[in-house]
Amino acid sequence: MDVKHIKDYLSWLYYQYLLITCSYVLEPWEQSIFNTLLLTIIAMVIYSSYIFIPIHVRLAVEFFSGIFGGQHESTVALMS
Amino acid sequence: MPRFGAGGISSGLNHKPVMNGVQRWENGALKNGMMSEEKVHNGGLYKRPFNEAFEETPMLVAVLTYMGYGILTLFGYLRDFLRTWKIEKCHIATERVEQKDFVPLYQDFENFYTRNLYMRIRDNWNRPVCSVPGERIDVMERFTDDYNWTFKFTGRVIKGVINMGSYNYLGFAQNTGFCADASAKSLNQYGAGMCSTRQEIGNMEKHEELEHLVARFLGVEAAMTYGMGFATNSMNIPALVGKGCLILSDELNHSSLVLGARLSGATIRIFKHNNMQSLEKLLRDAIVQGQPRTHRPWKKILIVVEGIYSMEGSIVRLPEVIALKKKYKAYLYLDEAHSIGALGPNGRGVVDYFGLDPRDVDIMMGTFTKSFGSAGGYIGGSKVLIEYLRAHSHSAAYATSMSLPVVQQIISSMKCIMGEDGTTLGQKRVEQLAENTRYFRRRLTEMGFIIYGNSDSPVVPLMLYMPAKIGAFGREMLKRNIGVVVVGFPATPIIESRARFCVSAAHTKEMLDAALREINEVGDLLQLKYSRHHFVPLLDRPFDETTYEETED
Ligand SMILES: Cc1ncc(COP(=O)(O)O)c(C=O)c1O
Repeated sequence: MDVKHIKDYLSWLYYQYLLITCSYVLEPWEQSIFNTLLLTIIAMVIYSSYIFIPIHVRLAVEFFSGIFGGQHESTVALMS
Repeated sequence: MPRFGAGGISSGLNHKPVMNGVQRWENGALKNGMMSEEKVHNGGLYKRPFNEAFEETPMLVAVLTYMGYGILTLFGYLRDFLRTWKIEKCHIATERVEQKDFVPLYQDFENFYTRNLYMRIRDNWNRPVCSVPGERIDVMERFTDDYNWTFKFTGRVIKGVINMGSYNYLGFAQNTGFCADASAKSLNQYGAGMCSTRQEIGNMEKHEELEHLVARFLGVEAAMTYGMGFATNSMNIPALVGKGCLILSDELNHSSLVLGARLSGATIRIFKHNNMQSLEKLLRDAIVQGQPRTHRPWKKILIVVEGIYSMEGSIVRLPEVIALKKKYKAYLYLDEAHSIGALGPNGRGVVDYFGLDPRDVDIMMGTFTKSFGSAGGYIGGSKVLIEYLRAHSHSAAYATSMSLPVVQQIISSMKCIMGEDGTTLGQKRVEQLAENTRYFRRRLTEMGFIIYGNSDSPVVPLMLYMPAKIGAFGREMLKRNIGVVVVGFPATPIIESRARFCVSAAHTKEMLDAALREINEVGDLLQLKYSRHHFVPLLDRPFDETTYEETED
């Protein structure tokens, strides 16, 4: 029962996705190109954010603590 | 291009009535406190409440709509690329090889749009109907196996589709009943074709009878009728104005008016939709500055407006237009194609609706294609005007006169509306239409759709916005046995795609309820209930900034 509910909801969600991105009116091969492109882009965004965001955050923390923080705190931050 | 604004997409967008509305509303709110006297004066022009609202497009919806068009455009370029490199078969007309170096014919935006966007949802238009276009129609089923490039019939007929699309306002599109009988009799008596023009030997007694009847119906001195509504506009405006004249035209005027104005050779200036400040400014500038360069005064100034605008469902602010026209001594051309029969307590159009004097409108134009369930157009006005047009109008001199069964249909239905057939049937239909309109509009608004236009207008546009939803709405509604008209660019600005319902007096409460139930369901499925009930009174003019504020200066 619950599984059916979730399935209905997912198909509704997919329908909304089709309508909003206009894939609804694309031909199947265009749809697959579009979905592939979109998935690739999303995957790349997630992957690169996984790789780069921690580094950037650390650098940013270092930078700002260098400006605002005292000597003492920054060493603490680096050590931790 | 049915509209002035649609020449470029951007111009269509600039004049969005919504924007307009917001601006005006603010103006009104500002000036309200300052001019209480004007308020009374101005409010006195209207004898009835004038509720016209255009809800603003929600920001998110607008962004998603543009995104959708962006995606479709990208795929359009991809397909065009494939077509030019012959990777994909091209189904549509292209430049011929022999004409390689000529001016390209198929390269503008509208061709791109037709090829790559319209084609994808083309199954929603031009569906063959095989019954009388009454309140229920039979639609021929068809299918496509090459993505809408060609259609084939399945041989089946979809029966009893509720018709929410025909302009059959008073339900006179019938194949039985007294109108049809009278037409059939007329066909037996006179035949179908007249084979000559009005000026030669195509002038029949029935034509004369019709013209007298129309004049009486409108309350004008004389009237003239033509075989086609579109040609009535496009051929008579050139007869009335010419070089050295100025036409002030509403930006959303029908393409027949646009064509007529262009053919006339007069200078055309466009005012914002139903915006009296804009009109007054143009009038004033025209009088102060005269013609460009020479600064001679304009020979004539003609204001061209429609009664009900067929895409917005708005009603012209006629009392104000007439006040302005009198103040600045301009002429007024009123196209009542949709409003005649459909508006007013007696079904006599906007003039009747506002309780005005028909003699204040110089040229009353209208068509018989809508409320009367027939074909053709008329022009009503003073005797002098009609005599002049009889001699000078191209569609009087060069077009074959109206077919008499068609004329008979108009005579019978018009007499019915006027109550001259000895029944109250016509009056009942007019009242039924007004009631249906109010009911249908109220229910749709309650459901949370964005509905445009005046609360009394039987043309009901329901906003869809996103391109994929245009196709989906039409298909889903037909699946549920409701026939609707969906409209997109170039008939509307590109983001304001809509479905347009035309309420009819022939719709019973059950039909309207059935239609509303399905619309509600499809609305939920497609997430169309955009409304947040932030109504922007486009022009609640009795309280708005007045057009006469500077009379005293
Ligand atoms: C405002 C307006 N004028 C003229 C016409 C043309 O009338 P007909 O269809 O009779 O040619 C139409 C028809 O759609 C219209 O909406």
